Amino acid sequence: MAEHTSEHHIVPLKYYFGVFGLLMVLTALTVFVAQFDLEKYWGPLNIIVAMTVAIVKATAVVLIFMHVRWSSKLTQVIIIAGMFWLAILLIMTMGDYLVREGWGVLGVQGPK
Amino acid sequence: MADHAAHVPGLAHHFVNMEQQKEAGTIGMWLFLLTEVMFFGGLFLAYTIYRAKYPDGFLQGSHLLSVQLGGLNTVVLIVSSLTMAMAVYYSQLGERKKVLGFLALTLVLGTVFLVVKYFEYKEKFEHHLFPAHWMYAPAADHPPTQYHGQVQVFLWIYFMMTGLHALHMIIGIGLLLVIMYMAHKGKFTKEYNSPVEIFGLYWHFVDIVWIFLFPLLYLTGFHVGGGH
Repeated sequence: MAEHTSEHHIVPLKYYFGVFGLLMVLTALTVFVAQFDLEKYWGPLNIIVAMTVAIVKATAVVLIFMHVRWSSKLTQVIIIAGMFWLAILLIMTMGDYLVREGWGVLGVQGPK
Repeated sequence: MADHAAHVPGLAHHFVNMEQQKEAGTIGMWLFLLTEVMFFGGLFLAYTIYRAKYPDGFLQGSHLLSVQLGGLNTVVLIVSSLTMAMAVYYSQLGERKKVLGFLALTLVLGTVFLVVKYFEYKEKFEHHLFPAHWMYAPAADHPPTQYHGQVQVFLWIYFMMTGLHALHMIIGIGLLLVIMYMAHKGKFTKEYNSPVEIFGLYWHFVDIVWIFLFPLLYLTGFHVGGGH
């Protein structure tokens, strides 16, 4: 039989410390950046920066802390399908709301 | 590899081998976590819709929260995820004492999170920001403005999202106590440690929810001055 990727695989501690360091640095970064008004450059910039940092943090936790990098293909496909489903929920619903009259765009001052 | 044996300790009879058993458990937990993603997803959707509708109210509402306490809890949860990951690591090596030690640290950090959350809620309660008929009622220090109702919507969403998250922390601490008891009884070995790892998935998931809650709720209004 071909070799089993998950058989008795023990993730070395250095990966855990690496992710921990990354999470702490990114937390500091997101707090630091949030102090500045980026909306004067582009309306949704603050929220885009904050969500990008959060998605990077979450991805690091999923891949390393939750071992998905070393999981079976089946597990990985299941997780990707779940994320796709969440994207459908958010994107398709907001695709409706954001084009309604009288609604602002995220982070932008809506019409009064 | 073809050691099918029923005499492998920790192997339930309906699985071919330990690997298949572990795979089934991992996938089962992930399926549960994806239902949780949709569960929280509904609240994230509510947040997104109302933030799009009431951008000013959300900025002002966010100002009512403490970035210091929210940030502290973020750090507490990140450290607890590290200690959880290390408990999994030592369970795979079969080092019972270290597993117990790191699980205990995780337990302490989870409790610290809830204590901080308690003081945050208490402060909100005292300032009449808790969801009730008197929530954010106009007072001398914050006269009614056109954004009043919008801030109330933000506060409702804040309490629903952080409340559901805190409930998951409380359940997580209960499960953690069970895992610690099992570890104490010597149930886990180098060969059989799936419960530790699968509980770890739950714990990390709850951390991920907070990774999104912190910027969305606490940091959203950080760049605008003034409040109320």
